[in-house]
Amino acid sequence: MQAVVFFVCAALILLGASGVILARNPVHSALFLLLTLVNVAVLFLQQHAALVAAIQIVVYASAIVVLFLFVITLLGVDQHEPLVEPRRFQRPAAIVLGVLVLIQIIVLAGNHWATGTVQQPGTVDNPNFQALDSPRTGNVERLARNLFTHYVWAFEMTAVLLVIAVVGGVVLARRSGHRAVEPSEVGAS
Amino acid sequence: MTITPTYYLILASMLFTIGAVGMLVRRNTLVMFMCIELMLNAANLTFVSYANALNDISGQVIVFFTLVVAAAEVAVGLAIIVAIFRRRQNVTADDVDLLKG
Repeated sequence: MQAVVFFVCAALILLGASGVILARNPVHSALFLLLTLVNVAVLFLQQHAALVAAIQIVVYASAIVVLFLFVITLLGVDQHEPLVEPRRFQRPAAIVLGVLVLIQIIVLAGNHWATGTVQQPGTVDNPNFQALDSPRTGNVERLARNLFTHYVWAFEMTAVLLVIAVVGGVVLARRSGHRAVEPSEVGAS
Repeated sequence: MTITPTYYLILASMLFTIGAVGMLVRRNTLVMFMCIELMLNAANLTFVSYANALNDISGQVIVFFTLVVAAAEVAVGLAIIVAIFRRRQNVTADDVDLLKG
């Protein structure tokens, strides 16, 4: 059962990801991105990350994809992009580089470059050992306990980051250079 | 057959590769943004896989921060795209190769 879910989701993820880069229309790309994101959320669920899966659906699949679709329709940029390559051999070179990246990652991962220690029951740095989603302390509680103790400084910094992003978005999207015509001027002229 | 963490990691690396290739091939800036989202998702999948394999909740906490960075990046990036579109009437990356308006 686990294997069936994994392979179906993996196939859909790769299909969606390929669709994002192969679709001519940006709206189709956004919908393929949605397919990928939802299936990644399923794999999160399979790996005992219930809260992260929920947030993936709520934030990524809903908010971010809707924002993309909103900008696509707002700008009306759903025209097809030109097929001529600006530089010769750009696409074959990109694919060769991509395959090299894939080989590199797999070789590095297979040679124990990525290591770690499994948290054992009753160790010093984790005295209240539980499974990631044990019934006694659920996934949400354990994650929240870690987020608001070990990572509370980083958590506060994310608030600052979001404020900066909002201010930056407003400043960039404001129509600079063209002063908005005010109602009083319209009436005067 | 059991699914070991290696399966998830290989899937994540393939997802990352597709995102990277798309970033190099496509020239519509909106689609390039979606490719960044694909790469971020591959990283998230890796974090969650290691959290599960090592039984360490920190991997899932990091995914939170990745999500915040992704949200901030999309907000600023789409604002930049809107600003470029106002000036140029299209959002192809090749048209904005100069650092001036």
